[in-house]
Amino acid sequence: MNLRLSAGPHFVARESTQTLMLDVIIALIPTTAAGVYLFGIRAAWVLAISVISAVLAEFIWQKLAKKPVRVSDLSAVVTGLILGLNMPPEVPLWLPAIGSFLAIMLVKQLFGGLGQNFMNPALLARGVMLVSWPALMSVYTLPVRVLGNTSVEASADAVSAATALIRPSAYSTYDLLIGNIPGAIGEVCKLAIIIGFLYLLFVGTISWHIPVCFVGTVALLSWILGSDPLIAILSGGVLFGAVFMATDYVTNPMLNIGHIIFGIGCGVIVVVIRKFGSYPEGVTFAILIMNILTPLIDRWTHRRVYGMVKKHA
Amino acid sequence: MRNEKTTMRGVFINGVLNENPVFRLVLGVCPTLASTTNAINGLGMGAAATFVLLGSNIVISMLRNFIPDKVRIPAFIVVISTFVTIVQMLIQAFVPSLYEALGLFIPLIVVNCIILARAEAFASKNSVLHSAADGLGMGAGFTLALIIIGVVREILGNGSVFGIDVLGASFQPMLLAIMAPGGFIIFGLILGIVNSIVNKIGKRSAGKGAEA
Amino acid sequence: MMEFTLVNFLLFMVNCVLSNNFIFSRYLGCCPFLGVSSKVETAAGMGIAVTFVMGLASLITYTVYHFLLVPFNLQYLNTISFILVIAALVQFVEMLIKKSIPALYSALGIYLPLITTNCAVLGVTLLNITENYNMLWSVLNGIFGALGFLLAIVLMAGARERLESSNIPESFKGFPISLVIAGLMSVAFLGFTGLVK
Repeated sequence: MNLRLSAGPHFVARESTQTLMLDVIIALIPTTAAGVYLFGIRAAWVLAISVISAVLAEFIWQKLAKKPVRVSDLSAVVTGLILGLNMPPEVPLWLPAIGSFLAIMLVKQLFGGLGQNFMNPALLARGVMLVSWPALMSVYTLPVRVLGNTSVEASADAVSAATALIRPSAYSTYDLLIGNIPGAIGEVCKLAIIIGFLYLLFVGTISWHIPVCFVGTVALLSWILGSDPLIAILSGGVLFGAVFMATDYVTNPMLNIGHIIFGIGCGVIVVVIRKFGSYPEGVTFAILIMNILTPLIDRWTHRRVYGMVKKHA
Repeated sequence: MRNEKTTMRGVFINGVLNENPVFRLVLGVCPTLASTTNAINGLGMGAAATFVLLGSNIVISMLRNFIPDKVRIPAFIVVISTFVTIVQMLIQAFVPSLYEALGLFIPLIVVNCIILARAEAFASKNSVLHSAADGLGMGAGFTLALIIIGVVREILGNGSVFGIDVLGASFQPMLLAIMAPGGFIIFGLILGIVNSIVNKIGKRSAGKGAEA
Repeated sequence: MMEFTLVNFLLFMVNCVLSNNFIFSRYLGCCPFLGVSSKVETAAGMGIAVTFVMGLASLITYTVYHFLLVPFNLQYLNTISFILVIAALVQFVEMLIKKSIPALYSALGIYLPLITTNCAVLGVTLLNITENYNMLWSVLNGIFGALGFLLAIVLMAGARERLESSNIPESFKGFPISLVIAGLMSVAFLGFTGLVK
């Protein structure tokens, strides 16, 4: 008998997936609220279009492929929401729509649907958009409203500004934490992300290994290479990526030891790209690359743990 | 004579449709991906490959009874690479812009699996006229596929077709389409679509079609 | 001409394997990449065989070019002579593998002699000439380029093994989905752009 271990989720029942997705959505509420507050109604539009396009894409695909329509399992909603939260607030509205369609149709459904994608759909779509429309995807603007006591000047007129990655000294640690900075809608308010992280840990949706190893590695390596570790983890998309995207259990290793390797790998690649590569932020590519390495990580960690006899092809 | 002409036509069409080297045999993947950044490059590569395919098929067919079996692969390679060297010099002399655009992939026509495969599977076993038809058919099929993929990538990545702007100034081109990842994905999607069309046709008709 | 320092060596390796990966950036070596990537072990075996061939081919073709073709002003014969060298080399490697690792020989099957038509092999030998590398960098180009190929083919095998039991639409199974997978992986590898200036 050919017993094959396969990546989760193994359940396809609507209830369980739905509960899982609901927890993720709840965890994303603080970030969403912060993003919409900071960046205004424009951000709300981007998020709405992302989510609606994702659900629409899944609906259309499942109808055309004559499969049962499962949009109520909320996985498309989550993909759309995460994609939207990764967008700069001033992108033309057709961009997240295309992104959602790509994520759902190309990366998820074409490979067999829920649980069968081998790379994170929202991230891949973001990577594709980053490379295809670089000018549109790298325009970041100051928030339209600020929170608390800060020297950052909010502007309702979408003034573009350098992100903390490009000019780290421009923003205080408080600003970086609370989100009074230019950036993608969901990634700026670190406090909201941390609240979401704690919620997900509490309900058991994710384990601590990947986010902690990911963030820890970034801090450690940045410090070794001469940057302020706290600023390093509070700028860019590290926290958002570590909590919400690297933890997508469909595309990461199965065992805890694999998670640790995954987290460290992400951290290393992020720092390498930030320091030496052409792109200012490496989180998207780092997680995607570790996604690709996941099947191999699983192979190696399985042998060590179970001492299985090597399979003959 | 009439019989032979019909079969020759059959052989030709076989190369374009039933056994289209790119979409059905899936050979020659590398040059397909590299030369389809726009339609003109696709056309140019297709033409160059057809020239080589035609020439090598004819010569190999002429010599098929004289080449000892043991050394046939090296012999084929010598013939093919001679024609590639000729076409390389012709392009460099007469269409330097194409030479620039296709670069490394012109000499790489030598290892285009299509040419060696046809030499082995067809030209070494058939008459000169039939081999010529096969060479032309396969070449035409290759060129057709390259143009199709090239047009798609050019529209998405540049808003133009054969260099003529068709989508206007407000179109934001999708740069990925003319880069390596876009090439893979678009080729894969087109191949999948072609497969599903062929499957649907196959299910409807009851085993019709020219058999080579 | 690059001098041989440790830094240059490492940067060159990063460039060949990651930033300008033969498969994901340069389209070289696609046929075996798509054909031999269904099992990780076979893929690794193919990758190692190709590394051996590419390293040796770089060495021999360099010698042929600079000591035979150039002195007699026969540079235009490089395509013909290089491919003949490669064909002979592959025959030799085939015999070697058949004697020493028969399991690999039967696993690779028809794909072993097909290394002759692997665009990456002829490609790297021609690139060595156009990039004007000296003998050392030519050989390193061959070896590192092949290592990039090895990495790509093993990653692809890992993904395809995992997707064996997925319900991919019928008409996309096999080559179409493999091409899409390659494309998605290349997107990820774009993150390595500019690592070597």
